[in-house]
Amino acid sequence: MQSLIQVSSLTKKYGSFTAVNELSFSVQKGDVYGFLGQNGAGKSTTIRMLMTLIEPTAGDIRIFDLPLSTHRKEILRQTGAVIEKPEVYPYLSAYDNLRLFARLSGVKLSRAQYMQQLEQVGLASRAHDKVKTFSQGMKQRLGIGIALVHNPQLIVLDEPTNGLDPQGIADIRNLLLWLSREQKKTILISSHLLSEIEQVATRVLIIDKGKKLVEGSAEELFDPSKTIVELQTNDTAAARERLIASNWAAHLRESTGNNIKLQMNRNDIPALNRDLVQWQIDVLSLQQQHSLEDYFLQVTAGKKHVDTFSN
Amino acid sequence: MWTLFQIELFKIFRRPRTYIAFAAITALIGMVQLGLKVDGQEYASFVMADFNSSFALEGNLLNGYFVCFIVLQLLLVHVPLLIALIAADMISGEANTGTLRLLMSKPVSRVEFILAKYLASVVYTIMLLVWVALQALFLSMLIFGTDDMFIMKSSYAVLIKSGDVFWRYAGAFCFAALAMTTVAALGFLLSLFAENSIGPIVATMSVIIVSTLLSTMNIPLFNLVKPYLFTTHMITWKEFFDLRVNELNEAIPGSLAYPEKIKTSALILLIHIVVFVGAAAVIFKRKDIVS
Amino acid sequence: MRSFMTFFLLVIAATLQAQDVTVLVAKVKAKLDQVNDYIAEGKMKTDVAFIKAPVGKVKVYFRKPDRFKLQKDGGISILPKGGISINMRSLLTTERFLALDAGTQLLDGQTLRIVKLLPVEENSDVVLTTLYIDEPGLLIKKAISTTKENGTYEMEMQYGNFRQYALPDKVVISFQTKDYKLPKGVTLEFSDGDKPKTEAEKLRNKKGRIEITYASYTINKGIAESVFKQ
Repeated sequence: MQSLIQVSSLTKKYGSFTAVNELSFSVQKGDVYGFLGQNGAGKSTTIRMLMTLIEPTAGDIRIFDLPLSTHRKEILRQTGAVIEKPEVYPYLSAYDNLRLFARLSGVKLSRAQYMQQLEQVGLASRAHDKVKTFSQGMKQRLGIGIALVHNPQLIVLDEPTNGLDPQGIADIRNLLLWLSREQKKTILISSHLLSEIEQVATRVLIIDKGKKLVEGSAEELFDPSKTIVELQTNDTAAARERLIASNWAAHLRESTGNNIKLQMNRNDIPALNRDLVQWQIDVLSLQQQHSLEDYFLQVTAGKKHVDTFSN
Repeated sequence: MWTLFQIELFKIFRRPRTYIAFAAITALIGMVQLGLKVDGQEYASFVMADFNSSFALEGNLLNGYFVCFIVLQLLLVHVPLLIALIAADMISGEANTGTLRLLMSKPVSRVEFILAKYLASVVYTIMLLVWVALQALFLSMLIFGTDDMFIMKSSYAVLIKSGDVFWRYAGAFCFAALAMTTVAALGFLLSLFAENSIGPIVATMSVIIVSTLLSTMNIPLFNLVKPYLFTTHMITWKEFFDLRVNELNEAIPGSLAYPEKIKTSALILLIHIVVFVGAAAVIFKRKDIVS
Repeated sequence: MRSFMTFFLLVIAATLQAQDVTVLVAKVKAKLDQVNDYIAEGKMKTDVAFIKAPVGKVKVYFRKPDRFKLQKDGGISILPKGGISINMRSLLTTERFLALDAGTQLLDGQTLRIVKLLPVEENSDVVLTTLYIDEPGLLIKKAISTTKENGTYEMEMQYGNFRQYALPDKVVISFQTKDYKLPKGVTLEFSDGDKPKTEAEKLRNKKGRIEITYASYTINKGIAESVFKQ
């Protein structure tokens, strides 16, 4: 499979602060690539480097198998982006904004084609209203319309659902799925919310403090064998001792206060329960955590044992 | 490049802010014209008090040419502030609204983008001056008529025959355009360094005000830097309204007293423009867009 | 007291000769009086240190006894304050002035009679006028007027084609000018030393001069009153 984006050892330093640290990843054609990290993890900086807004301190970016530094225009012509809040010119109409950015991308469409594009993002009826009268959701849709107007192969969306209501978020999700499945676009989407990524991404990259924590296919990351289980007992210390001494030791991830966390195959939960009962430890609660979300929160909050997740 | 330039012009002339300057100029010039129409003779006799004690001036002193001169003299100090309003917003305004990151993720060259944007602000500046010319010159000519032009300089007075005036205004306006595009270049350069419009606008205005003060004050220390300040050269348009005299002290119609002064000033302003815009292009090319 | 005595003696001495010069002045006036009105066209040059003005065409209108107008082909004209000096005729009335003989002087190879005119009226702006008269031609060649308000004017006249009407071809008016300066703040000028020093100095030491060279006269053809009223 051809790598659409190939990033190697990408680094961005601001003085002594390293925003992005030796980051490497690749996006394949047809991927919906989820780019996860908390605010300030370096997602935006990375995306801005991909969009040539920020000059990397070191490292190499290739898109469409071309080096970005030397083939900027060719690459950007095939790329559509919404970077953070899609701000457009408030004193221009949706139609004028769309036309303006289309021309900057090197395409000149007919009036009907522009209207069709606006129709696609549900703004046809407001085409000639000034954008300053638009809601945040409408601006977002216009931003996506602008990102798509020149029919790019690669679509980059940085936090596209920020500030949207649940309906808006659902709309964007459906649009992404349509773009990916029907239009066969390659999509790079960043977010600090796992739930957003989870439902659309085919691959996921999680970064924290500018470093890659984990990269893998969504299937792998949703692997039932890697479920996080949270355990609460009447005697946390005893339970921990028993677990460490047993075969479960390898699955033990963390113990804080009354909580013990393990990573294990979901199917093994009854077995764990049986063992605890055997050890005469009363189980107060044995809960399967919502897969990636908690893991994501955990790893990005600076926890350990991430290596087991890497592939 | 051409597309970028068209788009920038389209943006400038679609913004309500653009028309503030046009409205302000209309109001300012209108006020001066109204004042001079009503109380012009008083004003003339006030300015010429010293002169009138030994001379009697006859004729339509307060004609359109003279009014235009007064308007320009008053206005060209303030027009830079109006130009700063647009020019100092060219980049910072886009950074502020967030459109800059969208623009720069498009397949356009940054240097071309800067040049297109600067050219667009030059067009705006020239349009503004055309507007000033329409009102200050042509409208004044309609209201006050035309006649010889008598102007007082600080150490002498100049009488220019009416047939010898118009080309001088053409030259003066061209020079003013050069001076104002220098202001635009400064505002433009400063607009790179902020993500809000107010900062660069205020900074540009401050630079202009401070430089103008330095240019005006006659203090030996400041006199050293004066020749290098662009504000010193911005008023060289007045040189178009000075005549050369022959050895009989007859003014020569169609002549300029100090054409080399105009050339020097124009050159210095041009150098400023090239430096400002060049610096803007170099800085912007390497600038990380984090807005 | 002493000056009074001097003046008194002077007057007595003058009255002895006054008869002659009064007659002379009257003759000069009579010659001028042939002209009821005229329109003259010529060129005017303003030569004042601190004025840069081009040579301009002028049209002069005159009608007896004292209607006078100078028009600068529709433009602006700069004249010394009072404007009286351009037309001497109003001075030449012996009823209003006392004429005194002050001898003769050689000017440009010609002996001219010097006549001093003292105004009779107390409130006249003119304190003293000295005329240099070409006796055979009955032409005033030079006149110097001292005024209370406007300093001293000097007028020199050259006659040519219209000498029979006592109308000059060229008039040069010289007068004192006050130094003139406007603050740079008013004129909004930044740079100093606008003019090279030498030129400024050269100009400053000069008196103000107005030269009018007449090319043609239209005499006694009548002029409408409206011309003077504008």
